[in-house]
Order: sequence, then structure tokens, then C-alpha cells
Amino acid sequence: MNGVHDMGGMHGFGKVEAEPDEPVFHASWEGRVFAMNRAIGYLGLWSIDVGRFSRETLPPPVYLGSSYYKKWILGLENLCVQFGLLGKPVKRVLTAVDAPKTLARGSFDRPPPTPAKFEPGDRVRTRNINPPGHTRLPRYARGHSGVVECVRGCHVFPDAVANGKGEDPHWLYTVVFDGRELWGEAADPTVKVSIEAWEPYLEAA
Amino acid sequence: MNLHQHDPHQHDHGSELSEMQLRVRALETVLTEKGYVDPKALDFIIDAFETKIGPHIGARVVAKAWADPDFKRRLIADATAAIGDLGLDARATHLIAVENTPRLHNMVVCTLCSCYPWDMLGLPPVWYKSAPYRSRAVMDPRGVLADFGVSLPADTEIRVWDSTAETRYLVVPMRPASADDWSEERLASLVTRDSMIGTGLARAPGGSP
Repeated sequence: MNGVHDMGGMHGFGKVEAEPDEPVFHASWEGRVFAMNRAIGYLGLWSIDVGRFSRETLPPPVYLGSSYYKKWILGLENLCVQFGLLGKPVKRVLTAVDAPKTLARGSFDRPPPTPAKFEPGDRVRTRNINPPGHTRLPRYARGHSGVVECVRGCHVFPDAVANGKGEDPHWLYTVVFDGRELWGEAADPTVKVSIEAWEPYLEAA
Repeated sequence: MNLHQHDPHQHDHGSELSEMQLRVRALETVLTEKGYVDPKALDFIIDAFETKIGPHIGARVVAKAWADPDFKRRLIADATAAIGDLGLDARATHLIAVENTPRLHNMVVCTLCSCYPWDMLGLPPVWYKSAPYRSRAVMDPRGVLADFGVSLPADTEIRVWDSTAETRYLVVPMRPASADDWSEERLASLVTRDSMIGTGLARAPGGSP
């Protein structure tokens, strides 16, 4: 979706301000929110992209006006309703004994259903898509030509899995763009930007 | 409506803090009663990210890459496998290491959310997740570097990696000159979190932290 979360290239947000000696969490509730997401995420009730979409679909003023972990609790509340977690009790609790398992990320690589269409060095163009659902192709990188730099494997496709269409794995590529291709001739000629692009985002150029 | 970015000091005012505390406690209570979470498991996860998983892990990996050219080659070729061989607790799933050189500076961002190499660096700082960084890193990386007090030669190529998938990026900063005979452990003390994101450089030996 063309949401406010898709921030690459926006103006007006000001300088980046780092906080010296920043704590991991700024309040104890932030840690609880983080851990709840991690623990429930481990249960596999929904995928990581479903979680992302729950935050992307917060109303834009809420998204922009909320701290990071406030967005997380608002998204988690919505998912708990959507997936019926507030109904009948279950017995699938993640206990403290199992908690260490939540620290390792799962793998998103899947057996490829087809051979990769592109290889390093290929010129490609990103498609100009504007889906209302979840996608990981940022607006600033749509409709631009770049070069495939690397094939990263065949990964779970966010545009499918977050929209209830299964994992639908596709080949994933690192595609690199010249800064001037993305931002115009006046842009810094020393800048290159890459995204990770699934094959359905790309066409041969 | 406060449209400003997250301000860490806003919690000092108390009103949001207490509202958020109540709100989060309410959800945790319900989810515990329904059987979806165990407060002790949450305690474990919080403790792990507050005390065990952090940039010291990435710093060890970078220091080893500086000290051991063969390891560096393997790290750049396949970071997940190379780090797996180190016998750390960390499992660097889908990790890609990218090396800074005098001609090339790498910087990592997630414009869409907050993707970050947790296995190597722990949880990201607020600025990494903030609108200013996410909006500007891909369009004006030199301006962002200036916000961090970093100025690179005008002809250095800057490569920005937008983490739009489950792959994660670790920047291997340039090894400071004059730390040639240092042990890996001492070298690790020069590797800052920001230098592994690409918004900073490694510390100079004897320099200010």
C-alpha cells in the first residue's frame, strides 16, 4: 500500500538525532510489547509481513504521531482481534523453557518452483505497481532501471503471504540503482542505492 | 496531534507512560489468561535483548575480519556460514557482510520499517527507526552522515542498502591505521555500533570514544 510507512525520499522530517547512551528500552512497557510480539510471533499464528501490515494500516496520523513501540502495541491489538486471540483460551503457551528458541530468526528461503529468471549483471526495470495490500517494493524504486547484483535465493513473497495467499516463494535479487536514476540528474553522482527485489517486481530492461 | 518523531523525553511527562503501561499490561494479562504468552518467557526475552544480544557481537566479528584475512574473505562470501563456524551463540540468519574501502562506503537503512541485523547488533536505536533517517538515507546519505559528524571524500562512492527483504546487512568498517599489532579483543573496542550500520567510522586508537 502507498502508506506513510514508505518513507524513502520524503522531505520535511528534519535532522537525524541520535541519543547518546540510549537504553534498549525507554520504559518497561516497551520491553513487554517487544517480547509479546516475539513470543506470539514464534507461535506462527501469522507471518512477519502480516505483523508489518498491521502497523502499515494504522491511520496515517496515528502512525506518524506514535512512538515505535506504541505502533507495535496498536498493531498487535488489531492482530489479536483479527486472529481471534481474545476468544477461547488455548494450551499452546510458549513457556520460559522454550523462550530461548524465540531468539533465533527463522529462515525465509524456500525450494525454488522455477529457475531464476535473472542473473548478476542483468539490466532490469522495476514494475510500476501500486497494490492496496502489503508490498516491499518502495515507491521511490518503482518504474526505475537498475542492475541485478546478486541472487539471494528463493524467499517467501511478502505480497502474497501478508494478503492471505500463502508463502508463494519467488527468487529474490539485490538490484542496484544509480542515485540519478532514482532522484534525477541533480542528484549526487557518487550515490548508489540497492533494494532487495522479488522477481515479480522486475521485468527485463 | 503531535506529528513529531518519537521523543525519548516524552515519557518523562508521565501521561503517556501511565496510559501505555496500563494498555500494555491489559493486553499481556488477557493474552496470559488465554494461554498465548507466559510472563516468564517475556522476562527471558527482555533480559536477552537488554543484557546479552548487542553490538559487542558484531564488533567481535568485525575485529576477527580485520585480524584474519581468510575469515574476512569467507565473511564477505557467506556471512551466515562464516559466523556459524565461529561457535558464537548468535545465528546470523540471511546475513550479508559488506566491506568499506577507501573508495566505497556502505550504509544500511530500512525505509519501510525497521529491519536491522538483530543477531549482530541487538535492537536498533530510535534514530534508525525514525522518519528522518528512513526518509533521507536513500536520497541524501551524505547529509545523513553530516548529521553524525562524518564527512567522506567527495569522490568516495556511497552505497545505501535498503533492507526490503529478510536479508540483513552488516557493514565491515575500515580498520583504523596504527592498530596493526592489536589483538582481536582490543580491535573489537574500536568497532562502534554506528560503524557497523555505516553512519559512523571505527574509532581511532587512542581517540575519544
